[in-house]
Parts: sequence; structure tokens; C-alpha cells
Amino acid sequence: MTWKGIVALWLTLVIIAALALPIVSSPQHWYDLPNIRGLEQRARIMFFHVPMAWVTVIAFLVSMIYGIRYLARKNAIDDVRSVSSAGLGFLFCFLATVTGSVWAKFNWGSFWNWDPRETSIFLLLLIYAAYFVLRTAVENDEKRGTLAAVYSIIAFVTVPFFIFIMPRVVPSLHPGSKGDPEGSGPIMQMRIDPNMAVLFFASLIGFTALFFWMWSVRVRAEKVNLRRLNIPERTGG
Amino acid sequence: MTLIPNFDTLEVSEEPFSALRSTAAVLKKDFASELRTRYAVNALIMFVVTTMSIILFAFGGESVSSEVLAGLLWIVIFFAAMSGLSRTFVSEEERGTTMTLQLLARPGSVYFGKLGFNVVLILSLSLLIVVLYLIFISNFVIRSYDIFVATIVLGSVGLASASTVIAAIIAKANTRGTLYPVLSFPILLPLLLAVIHATKLSMEGMPFAEAMSDFQLLLSYSVVVITASYLLFDFIWKD
Repeated sequence: MTWKGIVALWLTLVIIAALALPIVSSPQHWYDLPNIRGLEQRARIMFFHVPMAWVTVIAFLVSMIYGIRYLARKNAIDDVRSVSSAGLGFLFCFLATVTGSVWAKFNWGSFWNWDPRETSIFLLLLIYAAYFVLRTAVENDEKRGTLAAVYSIIAFVTVPFFIFIMPRVVPSLHPGSKGDPEGSGPIMQMRIDPNMAVLFFASLIGFTALFFWMWSVRVRAEKVNLRRLNIPERTGG
Repeated sequence: MTLIPNFDTLEVSEEPFSALRSTAAVLKKDFASELRTRYAVNALIMFVVTTMSIILFAFGGESVSSEVLAGLLWIVIFFAAMSGLSRTFVSEEERGTTMTLQLLARPGSVYFGKLGFNVVLILSLSLLIVVLYLIFISNFVIRSYDIFVATIVLGSVGLASASTVIAAIIAKANTRGTLYPVLSFPILLPLLLAVIHATKLSMEGMPFAEAMSDFQLLLSYSVVVITASYLLFDFIWKD
């Protein structure tokens, strides 16, 4: 309960600050955010879109870690944790896609133009959509968990080719890509001002906490479901 | 006297080349059964001919840019692979020979045997498609043969690496036919983008060094996927 309240309050403050603090070309007060060349007011997306993409990666990583644990021990609870995290990862990935697409409309002029970044996030959506399709196609609980875990691991090892290698090799318009005059992007190079950095990391922490809270709720709900179906949470080690 | 088989010989021996030998045995078995039924080969040749004629009808004699041709070439190879390669493990399940194979060979040998069979299948498939392409599409001119050959070989190995392990996964699922391209496409997309780019370069007559970054991506992709598949194959294969 307190957990939930803290996350709600934290994120509310972050969202208000990210939307309301003025962006000026020469910051004088502590609350003035600096102007980033080429982004201007559109830089505000950094406080929402980047944390969403970050949570997506965290969620898929958590999903894969519990997938590996499931393969090692075959405890039903690990599969539940893995699939719950993958579902949330899909949700945050979708939100990052939508926010990025809206931003692209105002920055690049169209909602979707197959920029390498757009291709890579589309692919991430496809991979996890396929993951859920696979889960519906297997009836046996243990087999389903095993095959889904194997697929998520194989998918995860190919993801770096998209997220980290391709957008930096192929010219792209996304901040931080190859050919960007600002280098690897405003965040990666820590070129943003201290107050912007504080707000950004506050948002990152807030979104990460939101993810872990949502995840724990889903896992608790699924535990009830396991008990209803008389499936033991742990059978292995 | 000895009607009871000697089970000691069935056990996996620790000789240095036993793994290699049983891999070769799985490969040989797959070739033998393919040569007897010619299921995959016949279906695939017909698939390629059908797709090629659809492409030719769609073009209607118009000249098409090299970008479109490179993309179409890999669309044909991708879907031909999708229709042929799923057989490798599904056929074992259908004939009920999965158990026997599980008893007689190590999972690693089964994986590499099947991978080898798929690599050969895709390579010959690509060869057939490329020959048909060269004959029927006048715009399709390869100017850098070194890039083109390397693309076909690396692309086929990469395609086989990912589709072999996905074939093993879908053999255990219910809706096999539709599931296979759905699961394979997102995993194969990094590879497809790289091979399409390299094919385009070969048609434009670029020097070999120009396509190096694509080949590095293709090679590392195959190595990563084959390693992960080999490590995870036990979990898929064992019932």
C-alpha cells in the first residue's frame, strides 16, 4: 500500500515537472531546462519515451532470467514470473512505440518512416507477439513453459543486433545514431544539464518502480490462479 | 544364445570422434529418407516455380529497380525455406521416430545433423532460385560475384541456423504450419535486412570491402544463434 502510494506520488511529481518546467535558451533559475539544438520543446519526450524503452528492456531481461530459472528447476512460479514480465514488457514497448511515433510526426514529419530505430522497436513487438502466439499453441503446461523460455532466450540473443548494433551502423535520424552531429545522443554523453539529468533519472527510477509494482501485482494474481487450478508453485529445487 | 540385444553398445561411448560420427549418421539418415520420399524436394521445386511465375506475371515485362529485385529474391528464399524446413522435426513426430532418435543419439548430434541437412537444402534451393532469376529476369545482373556468392552462402547458413531451432520448437506445438513463419520472421529479420542490402551491393558492382559490415553481422548472427540453439536444444528435444 505504501509502496503503491510512493510510486504514484513520485511519478505524478515527475510528470508535472517534465511537462511544466520551462525550456529556455539560457537557463538562469534552477528550474529552467536548457534548450537542446534541434529538439526544443520536443525534448520533453526524453522524460517519458526513454524510460519506457528502458523498462521494456528491463522487463524482457527479467522475463529471460526467469525463463532460464524455469528451464533449470521447472517451478511453475518461475514461468508465471517470466510470462508476467514479458506481458508488461510488451505493454511498455507498445507505449514507447506510440510516444516515439507521435514525436516523429512533429520532429521528422511523419508518424512512421522505417527509420532503423522504428524498425527495431517494431521487431521487438513482433518477437513478443510471436512469444504469446507460441504460448497459446501448446497445451501441456510444462512443455509450454519450456518452449516459451527457449524461444524468449533465442529471441533475446538476436535483439542486440537490432537495438544496439544496427541503429549505430545504419544512418538514422534518431538521436544517438550514426551521423548524429550531437554524438551518441544527449543522454548517453551526459551533455544535458544537471537539473535535466536529475529529472531524467527521477523519471527512470519512477518508471522502473512502476514496472516492479505492476509485476508484483500480476504475479500475485497468477499465484491465486495456480492455487485455484491446484498446481504446486514449486516442485523442483 | 544372444537374442537379447547388447545394450552396452547403445550407450554413448566416449571415443574422441563419436559425436562427429553420430552427427554424420543423423545427416545420412535424413538424406536417405529424403531421397526415398522426395517429399521436401518435390514440394519445394513446385513452390519455387509457382512463386517465380507469380512474380513474372506481376512484373508484366516492366523493368524493376535492383532494390526491389534484391528484396523479392530473399522473399522467395525465405518463404521457400519456411515451407520446406519445418519438415525436419515435424516428420520425426509424425512418423513417431522421435523416441528412437532420442535413445540412439545425443541431442547435440541430432541438432547438428539436422542443421547440416537444412544448410544443404537451403543452399540448393537458393541456387535453383538464383538460376531461375538469372534466366527469366533480364534486369537481374550480378556485377560483383564475390559479394553475391558470400551473401548466398552466409545467408543460407544463417537462415538454416535460426529455422532449425524454430522447427524443433514448433514440432512440439499444435498449429504448426502457420506458427513457423510467425516465430521465425522476427528472429530472421536482422539477417534478412543484411542479406538484402548485400545483394543490392552485388548488383551495383561494389567492391568486396563495401559489404564487409553486412558479412560481419551475418557471421556473428549465425555464431550466436547456433551456440544458443546448441545449448538450449536439450530442453526442446527431451519430452
